[in-house]
Amino acid sequence: MTEELHEIRLHVNGTSYALTVPGRRLLSDALRHDLGLTGTHVGCEHGVCGACTILVDGAPMRSCLMFAVSAVDAELTTVEGLADADGSLGPVQQAFLECHGLQCGFCTPGFLTTITAGLRDNPRPTHAEAREMVAGNLCRCTGYQNIVKAVERAAELGAGR
Amino acid sequence: MTTKLVGAKVQRVEDQRFLRGQGRYVDDIDVHAGTPTLHAAVLRSPHAHARVRDIDVEAVLDVEGVHAVWTYQDLADLSVNLADPLPLLIPHPALTHGRTQYALAKDEVNYVGEAVAFVVADDRYLAEDAVDRIRVDYEPLPPVVGIDAARAAEHLVHEDVPGNVGARLEQEVGDARAAIADAPHRLSLDLTVERSASTPLEGRGVVARWDPDIGRLQVWTSTQTSTGVRAAVAVKLGLDLGQVDVITPDVGGGFGVKINHPWPEELLVPAAARALGRTVKFTEDRREHFISAAHERGQVHHVEVGFDDDGRLLGLDVTFWHDHGAYTPYGLIVPIITSTQLLGPYKPQSYRVVFESLYTNTVMVTPYRGAGRPQGCFVMERTMDAIAAHLHKDRTEVRATNFIQPDEFPYDQGLVFQDGRELEYDSGDYPRSLEMIKRLVGWDEFEAFRAEMAAEGRRVGIGLACYVEGTGVGPYEGAHVHIETTGKVKVATGLTTQGQGHATVFAQLVADELGVPMTDVEVVTGDTRRMPYAVGTFASRSAVMSGSAVHLAAKRAKEKVLRIASDALEADVDDLEIVEGVVSVKGSPGASIDLGTVAVLSNPLRYAFDEKSRAATQFTVGDPGKPPVAEDDEPGLEGKDFYSPERSTFASGMHAVIVETDPDTAEVRILKYAVVHDCGNLINPMIVEGQIHGGIAQGVGGALYERMAYDEHGQLLNASFMDFLMPYVTEVPDTIEIDHLETPSPLNPIGVKGAGEAGVIPSAAVFAAAIEDAEAHDHPGLAITGMPISPSELFALRQAQEPLLKQHEEDA
Ligand code: FES
Ligand code: FES
Repeated sequence: MTEELHEIRLHVNGTSYALTVPGRRLLSDALRHDLGLTGTHVGCEHGVCGACTILVDGAPMRSCLMFAVSAVDAELTTVEGLADADGSLGPVQQAFLECHGLQCGFCTPGFLTTITAGLRDNPRPTHAEAREMVAGNLCRCTGYQNIVKAVERAAELGAGR
Repeated sequence: MTTKLVGAKVQRVEDQRFLRGQGRYVDDIDVHAGTPTLHAAVLRSPHAHARVRDIDVEAVLDVEGVHAVWTYQDLADLSVNLADPLPLLIPHPALTHGRTQYALAKDEVNYVGEAVAFVVADDRYLAEDAVDRIRVDYEPLPPVVGIDAARAAEHLVHEDVPGNVGARLEQEVGDARAAIADAPHRLSLDLTVERSASTPLEGRGVVARWDPDIGRLQVWTSTQTSTGVRAAVAVKLGLDLGQVDVITPDVGGGFGVKINHPWPEELLVPAAARALGRTVKFTEDRREHFISAAHERGQVHHVEVGFDDDGRLLGLDVTFWHDHGAYTPYGLIVPIITSTQLLGPYKPQSYRVVFESLYTNTVMVTPYRGAGRPQGCFVMERTMDAIAAHLHKDRTEVRATNFIQPDEFPYDQGLVFQDGRELEYDSGDYPRSLEMIKRLVGWDEFEAFRAEMAAEGRRVGIGLACYVEGTGVGPYEGAHVHIETTGKVKVATGLTTQGQGHATVFAQLVADELGVPMTDVEVVTGDTRRMPYAVGTFASRSAVMSGSAVHLAAKRAKEKVLRIASDALEADVDDLEIVEGVVSVKGSPGASIDLGTVAVLSNPLRYAFDEKSRAATQFTVGDPGKPPVAEDDEPGLEGKDFYSPERSTFASGMHAVIVETDPDTAEVRILKYAVVHDCGNLINPMIVEGQIHGGIAQGVGGALYERMAYDEHGQLLNASFMDFLMPYVTEVPDTIEIDHLETPSPLNPIGVKGAGEAGVIPSAAVFAAAIEDAEAHDHPGLAITGMPISPSELFALRQAQEPLLKQHEEDA
C-alpha cells in the first residue's frame, strides 16, 4: 500500500517552499515537520485549544484542522513571521513580554497570531472586547489575566495600525 | 552601584525565544543523524479490565514503512529488566499492596488506555495505520469504577489485592475520638472531590538517539525529572548511568503529571532507538494524554469534629478514601499530603486521620498541582464553615480562634509529612494574613453589599479559605556556576523547567551575588550532562531548593573570584567589590580587574589560544617554587554547591471570593477574587503573581467545571478538550487582587518558600463557601459538599431544598 503523494508549494512568512505530501498530511504537521517551522504548536489536534493558530490570508485558522494540500493558494503567517522587519519583537510579542503573558510558552504562538489578526480588525478594543478576542484559546499556565493585559498593551503599542 | 535584582519584577529572559517561535519543545527536536527520525505509536487497551488472550501482529509486519512492532513478549529480548513491572517510585511501609504496570501489558489490562503494543514507523501516520491492524483477543473482566465500587469490592482490580485496598494509613495526635465524645458540640460531614488532571497544553513526548560510535544514549523527554528518567532508563535498558544523557528541553506545562516516570514510552523509545540504530520519537496526542497519563483529586471524606462554644477544635477525626486508579507508581504521596496538610493554619487539640488508598480500573493517580492539598483544604474549611454556622458565629472568628499564633513557630503538628520528616511549620503570621484578606475582599462591608444586591433581586455570597502548604521538600538540589574567560556566567541546576521562569529567577540570584549584569548569566536546567545530581520539579520546590543551591554556588564562585583578584590587585579581600562584572578596590577605582581576566588567571595554561590567555601561560604567571594549582585548589573559576534542608518550608495564604448565583439558571459568576499570599521573600513578584493567577484558573476549573466522567464500564466519556471543560478566559476572574506577606523562611539562605501550587489549593473550598453563602437566604440549609459543582448540580440542590422549604412554610 503506497500513498499517493502531492507536490505542492506553501507560501509562509513571505517565503515559498516546495514539498511533497500525502493528501492527509495536516497543515500543522507540514509546517512543523516538513518545513521546520516548529513555532506553531499542537495542543489538541481537534480544533479546540488554538495553539496551532496561524494566519491564512490574514485570518486566524487552526492549522490542525487543515490539510497542507488545501493551503497551497494562501499566504500563511506563523509566529516566526510576527517580528518586525528589523528583527525586533512585533508589538503583540513585545506586549506579551512586558505583561508576563506567557509561562511555558506552548499556547503563546496561537495567542500571538490570534491577537495580531484581532487587533487588525479592532485596533482599539474595549476591555470586554480584549477578553473576547482571546476567548477561543486555551492556556493552562497563566490564568489569562496577563494575556488580556497584553492585548490592551499591544493595542497601545499600535499593533492594529 | 548595581541595583538589586532579587525582589524586583524582572522581565523574563526566556520569553525572547518563546515569543519568536524559537522554543524547543520535545516534538520540535529533530536529530538529523544521517537518516530521518522514526515515529512511534502505541496500541492502547479499549477495555477497563480484561485478560489479554492473544495479540496478532501479523497484518502489520509487511506494511511498508513499519520498522518494529513489539508486544510484551518482545521486551525481554530487548533488555531483561524491561520485562519487569515499572518501578514503584516511592515505597512506603503502609503501601502493603503496591502494583505497577508493565511497559507493555502482560496478560491483563487494568484501565482503558494501558499500553498493549508499540509500533515504530517512518511517520506517525503510518505508525497509527499499523496500530489499527493489530488484533488483540481480550477476555473482558468486570471493571471496578469509582470509590463506592472499590470499597464494595464485589470485584477486584488485582486478584491478589483483597478489598481493592492498596494501603491503609493512620496517624493520631492525642485521643481525637474521646475528645469528640466529650465535646460540647459535635458535627459530622461527608465531603467529596472528583477527579481532574494536570492537563498541560503539551502532552508527554520522548525522543531518543543511540550513538553507536560512542555507545551512548541521548534522551529528550518532556519530564519534571531528568535525573529520575536517566536512572530508570539506565536500569531498564541495562546501561551504565554514564552511557545515558537525559535532556529536558522546553516543556509545555507539567503541573505534576510529568513527575511520574518512567512512562512506558520513556523506555520503549530509547529501546527502539538502540535496537534500530535510528532516532525515534513519540509524541502523545490529546486523547492519549487523557486516558494514559495520570489524574488526581478523586477522594471521599468523612469528618467527625468536636468543638467548644468558641468553635475551638477539641477533636478532629477524618476518614477518607483515595482513588489511586489501576496502579501505584507514585506511592502514597497524594493521600499522605491530604492527611497532613488538611490541618492548615490550625491547631486542633487532637487529630486522627485514617485513609485507604483504593484500586479502580481507571487511569492511575499521581500528583496534580496541589497534590492532595485542595482536598484537605476543602475538608478543613468546609468543617470550619459548618462550625461557624452551627454556632452562629462569623466564619473568620472561628478560624482565628484556631490559628497557630506567630510566637508559636516553629510549630510541630506531631505528624509525619510526605518526605518522612516531622510536619513542623517554620514560620508564618496567620492572624495578620486574615486581617489583610478581610480588608482586601471587603469582608466587613459585605453585608451592606449583599443588601444592595438583594434590592436588585441579585444573590451574592462570600467565601474565605485558609491553607498552609509544605513546599521545598528535599532531599536536595545542586547548582554549578562557571565564570568563563569572556566574563560570561554559565549556571546549571538539575531540576527541570516547565514555565516557572527559572532562567530568569536563578539569573537574578546569580547576578546579585556575583555583581554581574543579568544579560551575562545563562541558566541551564534539566540537562544531566550539565548537572547529574538532581531530584526534580514538584512540590513547589524549585525556588527553595535550586534557588538556594544556585545562591550558594554563586557565593563559592565569588569567594574564588575575590581570592584571585586580591592576589592580582594586591589588596585585601574585604576591600574588594564586584560591580558590573569588574572587581575593584573600594575607593580606588583605578585598581580593578574584570571577571574574565580573573577566570583566565584561575586556570594556569601551557597553551595560549588568544591574547587574553597569554596572561595565564607558564612563562608569564605563577611562583616557580609552588605547584601551579595549589593543593587545596582546582583550576577554573567555578562554584558548585548543594542545598539539602532538614525539612520543608511552609508557605501559607488565604483566598476570598465573592460570587453571584443566578436565581433561575444557577450559573455562578465571580465578582471579586482576593488573595493574600506568604511565600517568604519574593525573588520575582511578577512571576509569583503569574503562578497565583495560573493556580487560580486551575482552581476555578476544579471547583466549577473539571471532572473526569467515567461510565460504569470504565470508559472516559470526556477525553477531549471539547468535553473536558478547562477554563477559557471567560471562566476566570477578570482581575485578582493580590497582597503579599513576607515571613522569610529561616530554613534556607534566601528566606524563600515555594509558590507554585498555592493558587489552586483553596479554590474548591472558597467557591463552596461563597456559593453556599449566596444560596443561604433563599435555600437555608443548602450545603455544598461535593466539588466541582455545575449549574445543573446547584439547581438540583435547590430543587432538593424546595419540599423542605414548602414544609417549613406550611408549618409556619
Ligand atoms: S492543536 Fe489545533 S486547536 Fe488545538
Ligand atoms: S503559557 Fe503554558 S499553556 Fe499558556
